[in-house]
Amino acid sequence: MEIIEIVGLGIIGMIMSVVIKQYQPEFAVQLSLVVGIIIFVLMLGKISVIIDVLKKLATRANVDMVYFQTILKIIGIAYIAEFGAQVCRDAGEGVIATKIEFAAKLLIMVLGIPIMLAILESVMQLLP
Amino acid sequence: MMNIDLVFKIAGLGILISVFNMVLKQAEKEEQAQMLTLVGVIIVLMVIIQLIDQLFTSVRSIFGF
Repeated sequence: MEIIEIVGLGIIGMIMSVVIKQYQPEFAVQLSLVVGIIIFVLMLGKISVIIDVLKKLATRANVDMVYFQTILKIIGIAYIAEFGAQVCRDAGEGVIATKIEFAAKLLIMVLGIPIMLAILESVMQLLP
Repeated sequence: MMNIDLVFKIAGLGILISVFNMVLKQAEKEEQAQMLTLVGVIIVLMVIIQLIDQLFTSVRSIFGF
């Protein structure tokens, strides 16, 4: 029952953050950042289990490993960018959060272009 | 569990520094109160940076960057 652990951590962090926010808003931001990182790290173990299963399925289905790696990288970029953007937005820096999301979209696009080109190639081969 | 320890540590530091801040403000030492806040933020930042490094390293190893 790890969910109890996580919800307890979240509630304790929330209460402390609310208490500190009136006196020192800087520490409230750092506190919420730490709680977020701890929950993320706790969940990373589970994510790696899921990814192992997916990898096994992909090898069994003879999917090219390059595509699988690309998808994994895209998921990683999305997770980290979302995390950073939310922390920034929580601290009231919506502009920086938007820029982070913009950069993440661009990086994902760069990673996705080879796959898109491969699809276009195969479509061109199918067409007479 | 060391994780919850860190939350308590940062919250305690925040409360402690806010108390000292009030005392310094009452004694009309505004600049020193400001400096105290800055030092507290930097100390917590030192801890957080290690945590962020841990997070990024594990994400990097799991997602194969």
